[in-house]
Amino acid sequence: MENAIEVNNLTKIFGNFAAVDHISFTVKPGEIFGFLGANGAGKSTTIRMLCGLLMATSGTAKVGGYDINTQPDLVKQSIGYMSQRFSLYEDLTVEENIRFFGGVYGIPNQRLQDRMKWAVKMAGLHGREKSLTKTLSGGWKQRLALGCAILHEPKILFLDEPTSGVDPISRRNFWELISQLSAQGVTVLVTTHYLDEAEYCDDIILINAGRLIAGGSPKELKTEHITYPILEVEASNVIAAMDLLKDKPWVVEISLFGTYLHIGVQKEETGRDEISKILSSNQIAVKRVDAIVPSLEDVFLHLLEEDLKRKAS
Amino acid sequence: MHVIEITGLTKRFHDIVAVDNLNLSVNLGEMFGIVGPDGSGKTTLFRMLCGILLPTSGTASILGFDLLKQSAKINREIGYLSQRFSLYGDLTVDENIEFFAEINEVYDFKTRREELLEFTRLTPFRKRLAEQLSGGMKQKLALACTLIHHPKIIFLDEPTTGVDPVSRRDFWKILSSLLKMNITIVMSTPYLDEAERCSRVALMNGGKLMVADTPQNLKGLMNGEVIEIVCQRVRDAANILKANPQIRDVQTFGDRLNIIVEDSRLIYPIIKQSLHEHNIEVEVWRVISPSLENIFISLMSNRSQGEPQEQEGVHLW
Repeated sequence: MENAIEVNNLTKIFGNFAAVDHISFTVKPGEIFGFLGANGAGKSTTIRMLCGLLMATSGTAKVGGYDINTQPDLVKQSIGYMSQRFSLYEDLTVEENIRFFGGVYGIPNQRLQDRMKWAVKMAGLHGREKSLTKTLSGGWKQRLALGCAILHEPKILFLDEPTSGVDPISRRNFWELISQLSAQGVTVLVTTHYLDEAEYCDDIILINAGRLIAGGSPKELKTEHITYPILEVEASNVIAAMDLLKDKPWVVEISLFGTYLHIGVQKEETGRDEISKILSSNQIAVKRVDAIVPSLEDVFLHLLEEDLKRKAS
Repeated sequence: MHVIEITGLTKRFHDIVAVDNLNLSVNLGEMFGIVGPDGSGKTTLFRMLCGILLPTSGTASILGFDLLKQSAKINREIGYLSQRFSLYGDLTVDENIEFFAEINEVYDFKTRREELLEFTRLTPFRKRLAEQLSGGMKQKLALACTLIHHPKIIFLDEPTTGVDPVSRRDFWKILSSLLKMNITIVMSTPYLDEAERCSRVALMNGGKLMVADTPQNLKGLMNGEVIEIVCQRVRDAANILKANPQIRDVQTFGDRLNIIVEDSRLIYPIIKQSLHEHNIEVEVWRVISPSLENIFISLMSNRSQGEPQEQEGVHLW
């Protein structure tokens, strides 16, 4: 089966700055594809090129079978795009926003009635059709924005940080919607800074400073890149604990997760012993030390750290 | 000592009560976190406390000054990093700081600027145009501008929203050094792992304060234990376990589930068995301390989404 998205050496240069630097990847039809990277890594620039909104400096890409360089209008018609700022009109009602986007996508009036009903239902906005959009809470705005982005039933959907600033429950509900769309065959390319969400993706790529630095399924990324045990430490003063431990030779990596430390160690047993010894001799109470399965956040931090070291050397 | 005392603070916009009779105090040198869904009134609260928006009723005292009568005095002592804080893209890092020094009437700003650049590790980038900085660096520059006039209290409205995990960690290191200088920080955040590091956390919903306490005490609201399991098909696993009345709540966290139960030792074999019957094998399991995200989800699930409801105190299960 043909790939939903095929990207070959895509590059975008602004002045003397390469925002996107020879990136290649493919997205299979119906998959949820996670596109990760730090701020300014080039994610939004890539998405804008793939949506036919920005010309590439060099390289090619096909989206839904259409070439982004020569057929940008056909690309635009076959995709849905939802930006981080949920581009809804705050001063329009729910219904008016849907009608507006229906007009933009050229949906015939008869069909629009059905799609309107569907979008209202999907967003859980029944009874609020006449409410001004600005009076809706974040979670609702987000679902309405999604409804508007897929009103014309695109086969490929681009979501740029769709859950940024949304509360934990709305985030979880939103991902239910994404997986339903994927189950219906829609291809979803999504960016997020919540690494727990990236776990729901079938495939992921990570970019840094415009370049692709890793790719694979969540499971592959974890097993290929994290080859050492990770200990999770709960202690009375984690910041002080981190300072005490960070330069020890047996520590591969150390980072803060909320009030816990994740410490990558060369050997689990020695790691455990050393951590307890060093912290307790510095009056830091260790509540527990557990070996854990690495999360994607561990992998992400590790890969960016490695990339930084590579550039420094 | 309280540096902020809020009494009955209320803001109405026509028929919407954005902030509803809020009472709260913040201690000197505290890192006070405010969490709540979008539209729960956090930004409106910040804007009132920073003197940008007039309350409909109620008041607050900030560093002993009255919010309604002495706002000019308050303004000299506080810094406000709003969500829409704008740097000038076509000015350099240095020039941006100078500009904010001027509008804050800080004429002798040069030593302070050096300090702030050093502090945010932006010195090597001082001649770079703000528009050419990465997102994380822009955020640090905005913070530096907010600190130019030596404020005693800073209000940060979702400073890390949309910021990647590496830059977020960097930003937090800077915040912890500010705390060492005895600056009081009031910040809102959608990241519950960040809220864990606050000395106290307030949870807002529908304009009301639902609860404000130390993370430790908030976690005490949840009696029971949290089992974390890693397994395949987490969503299916969650649905299977949700059907079991002995399980209080099941929450998904990426590739793992947090299962809230009364007694982990009694129930774990049952969990394992019922997943096994559906061909799902548990890879790893352990009992963890509840996180604020566990607490938050439970508190919010008991309410209809995002809609203001009558406050009846906090009930978990």
